[in-house]
Amino acid sequence: MDNQKLRELLHILEQNSRRSPETIATMLEVSVEEVKETIAKLEEDKTIIKYPAIVNWDKIEHNDIVYAMIDVKVTPKRDVGFDDIAERIYRFPEVQSVYLMSGAYDLSVVVVGKSMREVASFVSAKLSTLDSVLSTATHFILKKYKHDGVILEKPDDDKRMVVSP
Amino acid sequence: MSQSSSPTTKPTTFNPRLSRIIQEIPPSGIRKYFDLASTMEGVISLGVGEPDFVTPWNVREAGINSLERGFTSYTSNSGMMELREEISRYLSDNFQTHYEPATEVVITVGASEGIDLAIRSIIDPGDEVLIVEPCYVSYDPVIRMAGGVPVTIQTTLENDFTLTPEALEAKITPKTKGLIFCFPNNPTGSIMTEEELKAIAQVAVKHNLIIISDEIYAELTYDGTHSSIAALPGMKERTIVLSGFSKSFAMTGWRIGYAAGPEDIISAMVKIHQYTMLCAPITAQIAATEALRHGMDAKDRMVESYRQRRNFVVKAFEQIGLTCHTPKGAFYAFPCISNTGMSAEEFAENLILDQKVAVVPGHVFGESGRNHIRCSYATSMDNLEMAIDRMDKFLSKNR
Repeated sequence: MDNQKLRELLHILEQNSRRSPETIATMLEVSVEEVKETIAKLEEDKTIIKYPAIVNWDKIEHNDIVYAMIDVKVTPKRDVGFDDIAERIYRFPEVQSVYLMSGAYDLSVVVVGKSMREVASFVSAKLSTLDSVLSTATHFILKKYKHDGVILEKPDDDKRMVVSP
Repeated sequence: MSQSSSPTTKPTTFNPRLSRIIQEIPPSGIRKYFDLASTMEGVISLGVGEPDFVTPWNVREAGINSLERGFTSYTSNSGMMELREEISRYLSDNFQTHYEPATEVVITVGASEGIDLAIRSIIDPGDEVLIVEPCYVSYDPVIRMAGGVPVTIQTTLENDFTLTPEALEAKITPKTKGLIFCFPNNPTGSIMTEEELKAIAQVAVKHNLIIISDEIYAELTYDGTHSSIAALPGMKERTIVLSGFSKSFAMTGWRIGYAAGPEDIISAMVKIHQYTMLCAPITAQIAATEALRHGMDAKDRMVESYRQRRNFVVKAFEQIGLTCHTPKGAFYAFPCISNTGMSAEEFAENLILDQKVAVVPGHVFGESGRNHIRCSYATSMDNLEMAIDRMDKFLSKNR
């Protein structure tokens, strides 16, 4: 599959990972086998990592989930730089994502918990006590408007007239 | 021999308060389907002649910013010079047509206004204008309103709905002033290659015709690249190119388009424009400038998505038993429904009543479309899949 089609295939899956190989094959004017083989390869080399659903948990009643973004300053270690401490942090199940950042701090860590107290206790008891961690600044997420390119609250509805020339 | 393009149902009684010309123009054939579709819940519409995307955010933001900064005045009649310069550069880079921004480009209120200006600037009462159909619904009435005589040239599925020099030559009379066509075409999605256009150009030169080339869908060309007839030798001086931002940048509601052509014609068009419209809205002109400067990536993503959906619908129509030629541009499929035994009108009406899928019957766009329906694929893949499912059910019932 050429590079342009490969990119298109990934865009289609990124929009809707449940689109069938048959439909994708028609859309890209290639064979179903080619689509299946390419997807298998992409899964194998971890270009496609997982097919999760984007969930708006705010819609679920009694669903108490708190997210916080934590700016973490750390001391990098000889030979391994930031990788070692990043791994120490991302292995905690409370941690949703970890990014190495340029600028005023080093790691941006997204933590999820059932309450602010739980997140605070994770930060004070586990995160800030790690050897390389110099300081943390915790920002609780109050509301998610857009996540991974998807607008959660008000998806744009079709404002066009139903029939036009 | 001239021939009227649409079966005009002339009113039996005239209202003396109203213009006779206006009363002779039949009401839009699309209205009925619009009324039907808009009163029903849960309709999937393949009847929409505009993009399903909203204008790219950077373009919308440029419009908002211009309002905040107080750009709320008139502009020059011809349009803001920076926009005309961008258009001139864009045409030259993409279609090898070269226009002087100061004298050969005018900004219009959508390409629709361009159609009106072009027709009015070239014809006198009684002049004939050739229309290649099936086509956009406004050509015929605009010619009539200007006192001209529309003469249609039919195209066929066998010729991929393209114009042949023979068909053109057959309709030329001493009264023929010009020819108007649109490629990529609404409703058929057909395009004309450079070779095909060359043959048309020869006839145009031979008979001294002015060409009005509606290229509003030029950017939405999926197989090959768009060729403009104005780029052919000797054609710039006799061609008015009409285009705009509605389709390529999803800016239909902004009402912003342009015309490019020889200085004498553009100057005549500006004269009409200044006494009727004065100028295109400044907000839209500023947004359009941003679209040409920084909107190409967004446009490319939209085109990619249309191409994928085009591939999907054409195959899907074949699978459910409707012959569908591959549209090479625009965002319409034009399947043939003659094997159903229904007329396009019956098909469209029964389909919406029975399965809540809105399509537009082909005859609305001219006689050559009478065995076809126009299905716009400017709607989400999910909607397209659902619509095809419903149409399959409809066809099974009516087989």
